[in-house]
Amino acid sequence: MIAAAFAVLPGYLGQHVLLSISALVLGLLISLPLAIVASRVAWLRGPALGAASVIQTIPGLALLALFYPLLLMLSNFSEQVFGAGFRALGFLPALLALVLYSMLPVLRNTITALVATDPAILRAARGVGMTPRQSLLLVELPLAAPVIMAGVRTAAVWVIGTATLSTPVGQTSLGNYIFTGLQTENWVFVLFGCVAAAALALVVDRLLALAETGLAQHSRAKVIGAAVGLAIVIGASLVPIIGRAGAPVVIGTKSFEEQYILASLIGDKLRDAGFTTSERDGLGSSVIFHALAADDVGVYVDYSGTLWADQMKRRDTPDRTAVLNGVAAWLKQTQGVRDLGSLGFENAYAFAMRRDVAQRYGIHSIADLATYAPNMKIGGDYEFFGRPEWAAVKKAYGLNFAVMRQYQSNFMYRALQDGDVDVIAAFSSDGRIAQYHLQLLSDPRHALPPYDAVLLISPKYAHDRKLIDALKPLIGAINLSAMQHANLMVDRQTDKRSPAEAANWIEQQLH
Amino acid sequence: MIELQHLTKRFAGAERDAVRDLNLHVNEGELLVLIGESGCGKTTTLNMINRLTEPTAGSILIGNEDAHAKDPVELRRSMGFVFQAVGLFPHLTVEENIAITPRLLKWPADKITARVEQLFDLVRLDAATYRARLPRELSGGQRQRVGLARALAARPRIMLMDEPFGALDPLTRDDLSADYRAIHDRLGLTTILVTHDMTEAFLLADRVAVMRDGELVQQGTPHQLLAEPADAFVRTLVETPRRRAKALARAMETDSAP
Repeated sequence: MIAAAFAVLPGYLGQHVLLSISALVLGLLISLPLAIVASRVAWLRGPALGAASVIQTIPGLALLALFYPLLLMLSNFSEQVFGAGFRALGFLPALLALVLYSMLPVLRNTITALVATDPAILRAARGVGMTPRQSLLLVELPLAAPVIMAGVRTAAVWVIGTATLSTPVGQTSLGNYIFTGLQTENWVFVLFGCVAAAALALVVDRLLALAETGLAQHSRAKVIGAAVGLAIVIGASLVPIIGRAGAPVVIGTKSFEEQYILASLIGDKLRDAGFTTSERDGLGSSVIFHALAADDVGVYVDYSGTLWADQMKRRDTPDRTAVLNGVAAWLKQTQGVRDLGSLGFENAYAFAMRRDVAQRYGIHSIADLATYAPNMKIGGDYEFFGRPEWAAVKKAYGLNFAVMRQYQSNFMYRALQDGDVDVIAAFSSDGRIAQYHLQLLSDPRHALPPYDAVLLISPKYAHDRKLIDALKPLIGAINLSAMQHANLMVDRQTDKRSPAEAANWIEQQLH
Repeated sequence: MIELQHLTKRFAGAERDAVRDLNLHVNEGELLVLIGESGCGKTTTLNMINRLTEPTAGSILIGNEDAHAKDPVELRRSMGFVFQAVGLFPHLTVEENIAITPRLLKWPADKITARVEQLFDLVRLDAATYRARLPRELSGGQRQRVGLARALAARPRIMLMDEPFGALDPLTRDDLSADYRAIHDRLGLTTILVTHDMTEAFLLADRVAVMRDGELVQQGTPHQLLAEPADAFVRTLVETPRRRAKALARAMETDSAP
């Protein structure tokens, strides 16, 4: 597990450092001039510091999340006006959010230091014949440098820490360990991510501290030492991600284990065919689709029923084939997205109960459930109760539960086992259904649409022969039990495997 | 060399003038001491001469040219200014402090180096020992010597000195003021020195100008002031050194009595 963590470290660390450094540099380029102006224009100080403080109170994750729709809007607007959009996902939203995050400490320290310059020194600077600009550059800024540097240090530590939250908006960072680990209950990964991010922050903090002391003591050796140290850290981190040939194919994943396994499988196939790849992990269900349509993501696996209900807004539920064909046609016509076809299994929403509880009440179908629902508790993932499928099932069977609870999907099974909830909205390809011997309830009124796993290709690659040929062998190749087994390899607590290892296992089954 | 005409300054929000209708002439090569109690307007007057403070009314002629018509930055670079608080730049070495005005004037590097060497000799500091030190590593007297060297660096014809020896211990102070008088004469400078110490004024000055409440009360050689004080205030002021000398003599006699 540790070896698997180290294997992806260069890519994660490189992206993390690139993002953090870019955000810090851009943040400094904005904060320093702003602080200098504010130190001279008294009325500007309140608003500048106030705005930076308000930004600081917004939770990091929310700030990052806000930039995606904002940039998507801007991108659409620019596409209409200038005929060209830009990538609203990944680096850009993460960068902008972190830039805002980095501003407060630098602004505050720079303004404080400049305003507090000894008036006798200022008079001397003018007295020896300095222009206001020379006084600033030769006297005030050098004198304020240690305090400004302390602000930069704080900003650097904040940015490096907060950058771990950029994973859900599609920017690879050390946060990928944490988010992937959380989804797959891989605590080694979570811990590894935390330690790596903390170590990076600590090293950068120590080096900046050295620069700060160097500036305060006028020790050129210390300042140069710190600069060299930083250059080494940054250079070494960036080596793995620069000099990579060609633009990588971006593989998107939603935030559950099956997606990580399939992304790893797709990545292997593409790299075997000579492509370079990068991953955008843990994206929201709707975010990922729009990202694909906008070419921000190149390839990902979605589910026919999700597209049918969420993107096509269809409320009827015809049979599997009709949905598959309807989705493929709609994708091609309206989005220019290529649907390569079903991988061979379904990951449908399915109501599951503990076998003993189901037997006690004699429940076999969702229809049977309706009678007992008013006294029962139901668990679902973060999405389910907001989805049209839930509305459809509720309506078709007249379901009305006493309590509805939302869980991270792996905690949901725990809750069912422990009796915290009586029934859960599970996923049919989930390995834990077999592992926990759960009873799946039938859907006699066909309220739930089918959810065939389909491989989607973004408009950019829709006619890329080489890419399509590389992925074609996956179509129809993975049956439900193989997927359940692979999912279980990642989910289970003993002999736990990484998504990459589970992907390797599937690959062996293919031959 | 320097001519102040009807010079007046009232600071924003102040109830009275800090300097009122001041007329003063300083000859070339002269060392004029501007004396008065704190708040009498003597530092404000000095600041107006190199336009660190802009006058409310009146004019300043420097060598027959109107100071107001000149670029203030150029004007300041052409004069030496020594501050009471010394005002050395704490982040620069002694050498860098001394070299600052030539650097701002964009002198070539070798010329600056040579000039800095001369200045170390002029203010009697050992270049090898002090060149690379920071101001905080110097004593008060050494700092003021560096401040003096910095003011002299760009070969100014005019020196403005704001209580330059005020914060020093008496021995250093006598030493340094004697040194400065020698430098003034040797370089043929024109100096305006602000102080509130009458003894210092008498020992250094060619001419003394007494200020009170923003106005010039009397000007003249030390001898003239002693001989014909304009009013009781000037009399008290100019007699201070003599009074103290007498008190000192009495104390000595009492002490040496058997």
